[in-house]
Amino acid sequence: MGMKKSSKIIFTILGTIVAIYTLFPFYLVVLNTFKNANGIVANPVGFGGVSFSQLMANISAVVNNSNFNFWYAFGTSVIITVLSLVLLALFGGMAAWVICRNKTKWSTAIYMVFIASMIIPFQVVMLPLISTFRDVSQFIGISMLQSIPGIVFAYCGFGGAMTVFILTGFIKGIPYELEEAAAIDGCSPEGTFFRIIFPLLTPVITTVTILNGMWIWNDYLLPSLMLGQNGKVKTLPVAVQAFVGSYVKQWDLILTAALLAIVPMIVIFLVAQKQIMNGMVEGAIK
Amino acid sequence: MAENSNKTKLLSYVLLAAGIAGLAFALVLDFSGSSAGFRGPLLVAGAIVFLVGLYFFPTVEHHRSIINFIFLFPLLFTFAVTVLIPLALGIVYSFTDWNGIRLTGFVGFSNYATMFKDPSFVWSVLLTFLFVIFNMVLINVIGFMLALLCTSKMRGINFFRASYFLPNLIGGIVLGYIWQFVFNNVLIQITSKWGMMNSILANTKTAFAAIVVVYIWQYAGYIMLIYVTGLTTVPKDVLEASQIDGANALTTLFKIKIPMIASTVTICTFLTLTSAFKQFDVNMALTNGTGSVADFMGSYLTNGTQMLALNIYNTAITKNSYALGQAKAVLFFIILASVSIIQVRISNSKEVEL
Repeated sequence: MGMKKSSKIIFTILGTIVAIYTLFPFYLVVLNTFKNANGIVANPVGFGGVSFSQLMANISAVVNNSNFNFWYAFGTSVIITVLSLVLLALFGGMAAWVICRNKTKWSTAIYMVFIASMIIPFQVVMLPLISTFRDVSQFIGISMLQSIPGIVFAYCGFGGAMTVFILTGFIKGIPYELEEAAAIDGCSPEGTFFRIIFPLLTPVITTVTILNGMWIWNDYLLPSLMLGQNGKVKTLPVAVQAFVGSYVKQWDLILTAALLAIVPMIVIFLVAQKQIMNGMVEGAIK
Repeated sequence: MAENSNKTKLLSYVLLAAGIAGLAFALVLDFSGSSAGFRGPLLVAGAIVFLVGLYFFPTVEHHRSIINFIFLFPLLFTFAVTVLIPLALGIVYSFTDWNGIRLTGFVGFSNYATMFKDPSFVWSVLLTFLFVIFNMVLINVIGFMLALLCTSKMRGINFFRASYFLPNLIGGIVLGYIWQFVFNNVLIQITSKWGMMNSILANTKTAFAAIVVVYIWQYAGYIMLIYVTGLTTVPKDVLEASQIDGANALTTLFKIKIPMIASTVTICTFLTLTSAFKQFDVNMALTNGTGSVADFMGSYLTNGTQMLALNIYNTAITKNSYALGQAKAVLFFIILASVSIIQVRISNSKEVEL
């Protein structure tokens, strides 16, 4: 018994040391946004030079900065992420249901293409993607680059394979008798999907939404290529990059920008911690 | 009833006709090079009206097929335009003199020949392999040890799990800058007392180690979560039985726990392998690939910490060599696909043995 107690203490100490290590950078970010540039250089670890009015000054300097434009970038990121997630859940669910319930050569082939495409790295399609989108924009007269609809379209394309893969696995487990019974009662196929199948997908759509949401919200490369580093429309990661590029080594401002960029994600994590951690694991295991 | 179905029939035909007319008119405008601003919205509206008309098409036997088509269309269309067409074009472009906008002719394998003669590219490839090996091993070992810690009976386990996972929530660009601050402004104050006056990001070797450390910091918590789930599936009675048989903690770990979560090990190895290969954000924000190498293949290099993904980006976007960048990307794709397939094959054969 005594042995167990001592190992428990050792584990707790070890765990605490690792936790301090993982949280220390966050501590530094929060701490130093309370200081001005001189205070950071003088002592980045201690509490010297900390003041609340300095935090306010830093935040207002960053929020109103024309290179960062926090509220605009934040709003853009929210719109892009939410629209992409809703459309991916809807279109993904529809496609997965058709693939799952039609055992034809076509649906199997489409499924195989989706699965195989999951190994394609973004780098191999990014350059022709930009030129294709540019050509399409010129051809049809709707801007696909530097526009929110264009980015949402691209996320539906890139997120589709993983979404269909996870949803198909789940739909396979739903008894087919449910749909047969609905058909006998005179329910149309689309009615069967929206009234019976789609509501049943809630848990797995939560998983898919968390996986896609983490990726889309934090994604830098796709929006930076499509929107341009200094275009009118900016997502939060692109805005951070543009801001840092224009204020080299001004750590008071850079760290405040970093804090503003990570706060939304931390807040969501604190609210839905269990769902996020479970969702990330389930998405990986499947 | 009959009147109702007649109305639907009429509605369907009208919508189909209107949709086709809209599409056709918009396409005529497009091909004739018109700059009328409404041609894009008209094209989209025409397509939607056509699909709605198709939905109301009065048929019983084909209704299911129509629904299948309408349900599959949105995702397949976006997938084809963003992934399949660019992939096909990209492979073709890698054999041409494409400049990002147009091309004048095929150049055969000369892009591929150029990149293998370029020492800085060969360096990036080797560095990426080194990075992948380091990360695959270290993240799995650390993640697994953290998982053991987080499945032991210590207090505050939920807090520990959440704080180990927390870095994974933050995008690579932002945390790259945060760590740049840690290395350049905080750590340097400690190391300067030991006589190291330069930031560890200033030296190529230590800067590479720094990228590895930051990447582990970001990713180990995620891998830990997957191992935690794997470990909780090990049946309690098996563990109890081994305890009764007098197995100590280490024997239980190596003879029971690890073999029983072999499939989890496969998943985690695959995840760390592919994500480390594609690493871009942290690399860009932390060092932007800089770092000097005195002599590699007879040249002096300035891209000492530049990994493959960043090399491709810089070749195309910064240096404006689109065809060369695309050829590198195709090679990247081939390497990634073969390595992943080999890894899955090896893991599967090992799992079967167990």
